[in-house]
This record gives sequence, structure tokens and C-alpha cells, in this order.
Amino acid sequence: MEIPYNEELREDTGLYNAKLGIWLFLASEVMLFGGLFSAYILLRTGAPIWPPIGEHGSIVHLLKDTIPHATFNTVVLILSSVTMVMSWVALKQKNISKFKIYLGTTLVCAFIFLIVKYFEYSHKIHEGFVPAHDTYMALYFTMTGLHVLHIIGGIIVLAYLWGPGIKMWNSEPVRFTNRIEVAGLYWHFVDLVWIFLFPVLYLLN
Amino acid sequence: MQDSEHHQESFWRKYIFSTDHKVIGIQYGITALVFLFLGFSLMMIMRWQLAYPDTAIPFLGSLIKWLASVNGYASDGNLPADLYNAFGAMHGTIMIFLGVVPLIVGAFGNYLVPLQIGAPDMAFPKLNMASYWVYFIGGFVMFFSFFLPGGAANSGWTSYPPLSDIATIGQTYWLIGMIFLITSSLLGSMNIIVTIIQLRAEGMTWMRLPFFIWSQLVTSFLLVLAFPPLEAAGIFQLMDRVFGTSFFLPTGLVVGGEALDVSGGGSPLLWQHLFWFLAHPEVYVLILPGMGVIAEVITNNTRKPIWGYKSLVYSVIFLGFMSFLVWAHHMFLTGMGQGMSAFFQTTTMIISVPSVIILSCFMLSLWGGSIRFNTPMLFALGWIPMFGIGGLTGLPLGLSTPDIHLHDTYYVIGHFHYVVAPGTIFALFSGIYYWFPKISGKILDERLGKIHFYFSFIFMNGIFFPMFIQGLAGVSRRLADGGASYAHAQGVLQYNEFMSYSSWLLAIAQIPFIINLIKTIIQKTPDDPDPNPWNATTVEWTDTTSPPLGHGNFEKAPKIYRGPYEYSVPGDSKDFTPQTQN
Repeated sequence: MEIPYNEELREDTGLYNAKLGIWLFLASEVMLFGGLFSAYILLRTGAPIWPPIGEHGSIVHLLKDTIPHATFNTVVLILSSVTMVMSWVALKQKNISKFKIYLGTTLVCAFIFLIVKYFEYSHKIHEGFVPAHDTYMALYFTMTGLHVLHIIGGIIVLAYLWGPGIKMWNSEPVRFTNRIEVAGLYWHFVDLVWIFLFPVLYLLN
Repeated sequence: MQDSEHHQESFWRKYIFSTDHKVIGIQYGITALVFLFLGFSLMMIMRWQLAYPDTAIPFLGSLIKWLASVNGYASDGNLPADLYNAFGAMHGTIMIFLGVVPLIVGAFGNYLVPLQIGAPDMAFPKLNMASYWVYFIGGFVMFFSFFLPGGAANSGWTSYPPLSDIATIGQTYWLIGMIFLITSSLLGSMNIIVTIIQLRAEGMTWMRLPFFIWSQLVTSFLLVLAFPPLEAAGIFQLMDRVFGTSFFLPTGLVVGGEALDVSGGGSPLLWQHLFWFLAHPEVYVLILPGMGVIAEVITNNTRKPIWGYKSLVYSVIFLGFMSFLVWAHHMFLTGMGQGMSAFFQTTTMIISVPSVIILSCFMLSLWGGSIRFNTPMLFALGWIPMFGIGGLTGLPLGLSTPDIHLHDTYYVIGHFHYVVAPGTIFALFSGIYYWFPKISGKILDERLGKIHFYFSFIFMNGIFFPMFIQGLAGVSRRLADGGASYAHAQGVLQYNEFMSYSSWLLAIAQIPFIINLIKTIIQKTPDDPDPNPWNATTVEWTDTTSPPLGHGNFEKAPKIYRGPYEYSVPGDSKDFTPQTQN
């Protein structure tokens, strides 16, 4: 039994199934992060000082120091999104070795992002700014933590498609290209979330 | 040897880890029915406590005593107040998230959506299987939490902080279970939407879709868009409980006479907003697919087209849209301000209009029909006034002034149970009786079905109607003694016993249903079962071979030539014209 429109486009919608599926998934993700950002707005407008002052004082000066790291991470993620698209284009041109290089670059960028994030987290925790310190720190760790989980999820999927999943290119090239497109849409979304998180958590204080 | 191994494997693939939407639908159905029974049992035990506070429970006393000792509460076979709270919270959670939604979306949606639109399966069969198993894990976590120290979650199904932030460990399990259930719902509903949009058979245009499909489509959009904010809220509450953050804990909170050792700065109202942003659309998730079932059954058993198909479709879309704009009518008493109250009571009054249109269309459909009073139709006919009562009693709650008096009383309980219990659950029964022949090839026994209907109808009202009277008298929904300790409740206390007896009799009224299911299942299937015993027009009846259906549903892809409900078309020899008839 074959499910129709797995590969080919349905005429009246102009979509294959997975593409519609990923857009719906991203819509739900927008609502998830929308909930997080709404919480940020509500807690911030309700706070007398932002970021609040807790046991170890205010995070403000520490945050100033980490702005360069976060800026670097922003550039890294944007770069990873660009190479993600390039890898899809390479598949469209049926150039599998170029695809390997571009998707590989995306994966490397994702790892660099995580490493920088790790140093940022450990520095903050070391200085006593744990999630329980104040509501800013709680939001900071929850929002960026959830974003990091999305990055890790993305790495798992992309690494699979870069490694063992590439077999499909030989048997069903169209479907494999579709998979890269869908994974790419997700990756751009994760990138976009960071584009919002960066100013909201680092710059607007 | 090899053969038997092969057979073994195919059993697992065929019935346990199946990717066939029909098997997954049945898995959902059975699991959800078990959870419905569990949720109902909790309530029957609670009703004993309400009718005869602090006396030993007959039959189940030793079980409760054992459970209380596991949880660390004292009990002499009676239901301690802490356990009452846990049962109340879990009754709501189980009924909604583990019972009704999985049954009406997971089971009915999965089984019927591909069949009604002429598709071979769901768009993503593996995702479909994953959604069932994630639901199963979520259900297991919830069930397991009953046996923890302190018992299951006990802050109400709404889990309002600050109480839930400082509650016993069961609340953490509740949150983890909810995250599984939310994930499962997201996977399932995305699958349904993609299936409806992408896999419609040739000629199945939007205005030829059966109304059931429309209701599933709108419901799935609600699930996709409304559940994630609750997921966000659940993550916040998990952070509060596990990492000691203060998302929902205000500054200077005092618990048990001592200041709580947290940073503060949070807002309990934040939870309420995020929670109700899900939970109001959730109400429509509960009722819309039920309306879809009722539409199918009514039009089939009146032997005439549904009245106002297009207005039904536009109403259901409008309902879905508006359901995102009414959530704060649950929060009139939180002090969120008059401007907000005015806005949300206005949107609430607006949302009642499409509901009334839908109800009116069903009533007008009866006019001039040749009605067949079989069991599915009886449940559908019972649904109309019951949902009507549920809907109308909601209007005073949606207005901010009367809500001051009625908020958190038994009136609220009565109102939403009329919508969900004789509302959605009657629709579920109607659907089970109606589509059972599609699943098994055998019609359920009509006599037992009628007994099931009439007694369920009487006892449902016996339970829920007196709640309006108690609620108007001001009895709070949270009292573990049924109001015995509340001076204003004394005049209406006598109803407690009546309601409790009704609930136990309602349980007895379900026995004919269970017997009926078992009896019919073990009955010998006729060699060539009628694929269309109700003479229906929609594709699942007319274009499939005799049940049980194979993987892939249709022997050849159906082509659709006409609308879904062409009954009694003048000039046709039969009184039903299938959608696939050219």
C-alpha cells in the first residue's frame, strides 16, 4: 500500500505531505515559544526592576560581558542556516559531495553554538546565577534551555541525514531531497527563535 | 519453526505496533474506554464521601485503606480529604485528557477520517503509531502517580499555583504525564490535518466533505495551536517544582505561617492565562467531534439531507476561531480588571451564536424526516436537549456579574458536565453503536442498546440536574464533605444522596452496554456481512468491502461525484444516493 503525495505534489494544494506536516509542526512551535515570550512580557512588566536584584545582586554586568559570545553565536547560527539551504540546493543539482560538505558545516556550526552556550551557562551558574536566583534567570535558562533542546533535536536529525540516512539518496532521491527541505525548514525556525531570544534576553536590559 | 516465528512477528506488527489507522483507532478506543471507566470509578468513590461523609466505603473500603496507607494518609476505609482532592483532580484529568479526547479524536478520528475521505491510510502511519504509544506512556505515568507518597496530583485538574507549586510529588508526575499527552495530541492532530488536506479522494471537494470531517479538521487545528501554551506553562511549573524558580510564586508568599524560601517575583495569574488559553479551546475539542458524529447519525436516520450543511461548516470554523478569544471568562474573579472582563464576556456571548446555529440545524433536520428510532439515533436525539441545557446554563457563567455568585460552585460542575457527559459521551455512544458494524460486521443488539440509552439518560440527569440547585444555593465545588460543614448549604444537602445513587445506578446502566459489546464480539460473523447496514451515503459505507477491512481500505480508489448527505433524492430508486454514484 502506497500513501499518495509522499513525493509528488498534490495538484490543488501544491504540497507534498511532509511539507504541510512540518509547517503545522512549526505553527505549534510558534505557539510554544509564543507562550514563553508572553510569560517574559508579563513577568517583566510586573517587575519593579529588570533584571530583578537577587541574592547575588543583578545579572546586568555579567550579561554585558557575555554579549560578544551571544553575538558570535548569532553569526554561527545564521551561517548554519545558509549552509543548510546550500546543501538543499546541492541536492537539487544532484551534487552529493557538495551536499555532504554543506550539511557537515551546518552540523559543525550547531556544535560550536552548543560549546559556546556551555561556557556561558557554566560561567553564570559558577557566579551563583542559577535559575532560582530571580525571574530573569528563570526565564533565561528556560527559554535558552528549550532552544538548546531544539538544537540538539536538530543535530540528531541532521546527523542521521548526513550519515546513515543518506542511503535513501540512491533509492528515492526525490524523497531524500524533500527530507532535507523539511529538516531545513525546522532548522531555520530554530535559528529564527534565537534571533528573537538574543535581543530579548541579552540586549534589552 | 520459521513459519511460527514469522507468524509471531506478524502478530506484533499487526495488532500491537501496527501502522494501520484502523488498528490504531481501536487501540485508542480500548485504552480510552478503560481510562473512562477508571475516571468514573474515582467519581463513584467520591460520591460516597459526598453522600455519607467520613464513613467507611462499602466493597472498596479495604482498597481505599490500602491506597491511603501507601500515600501516607490515615483511613478506616473511608476516603480521607487529601485522597478526595487527589481523586477529584485525577477524575478531571483522566476523563478529559485520557478518556474523552483520545476516544473522540484518537479513536473515531483515526478510524474514520481516512475512510470517509477515501484515503488508504493516514498521511504519516508511523507518526500515528508513535502518537498512540506516547499517549500510552502518558497514561501510565498518570496511573502510576496514584501510588506515590502523598498520592496523585491533588491541586484540581486546573493545577492552579501557588498550591500546585508546593504540592506533593504527584504533581510533578502529573506535569510529566501531561507533556507526554500533549506531544501525543500534537502528533495525532497534525496527522489528521495533513490527511484531510492532502489525501482526499478524487472529487472530494471541501463542500463534499462529511460534517464529521469538518469537525475533526477544526478540532485538530485547535489541538495544534492551543496545546503548546499549556506545554510552556507545564515546563514553567516543572521548573518551579524541580529547580526552585518562581514563575508562579509571588514575592512574600507565606505557607504554613512561614515565608517561602524562593526569589518571588512570579505571577500565579500567568499560569491561569496559559492554562485557559489551552483549556477553553479544549472544551471545543471535546464537543466539536461529538457534533460531527451527531450530524452523521441524524442525517442517516432521518433519511434526508442535513439542514444547512454550509451554515454548519461555517459555524464550526467560526467556533474554532472564536474559541481562542474567550479564555479569560474563566478568570472574572481574579481581579484582572473590568475592561478585560467586558471584552471576554462579549466574545463569550458571540461564541454562543454559532453553537446555537449548529443546534438549530440539527433540530430542523428532524422536521419532515422519516425518523428511524434505532439506538444510535436515540443517543443523538438525547444529545440535542442535553447539550442544549449545557449550553444555555453556560450563559450566566459567561457574564461577569452573575459569575460572581456562581463561580466555583456546583452550578459550574453541572454546566460543563451537561456539555461533556450527556453531551460528548452520548455522542460517543451514538458513534460506537453506529460504526460498530463497520468495525466488526455485526450490529450491536438493539434491545440492550435501548435499555442502555434510557437508563443512562435518566441517571445522567439524576446526577447533574440537582447540581444546578446546589450551585445556585452557593455550595462550593471543592468541599470534601459535600457541604456538611457549610452553613448555607444545609437546605440543599439532601440532594447529595440522590445524586450519589444516580451515579451508581448510571454505572449499573452501563452493564447492558458492556454485555452487548462482549456478546456481539464473540458472536459468529456472518460469511458475507452487509457493508452498509444503515443504507448510508458516505464513502466508508458504500465503497469498502465487507468488514474486517484490510490494510489500505479500498480495493480501488473511490471517486466522488456528489455531496455527503444525498438521501431521498427525487427520481432515484433508492432513498440514499452514495457519494461515489455517478
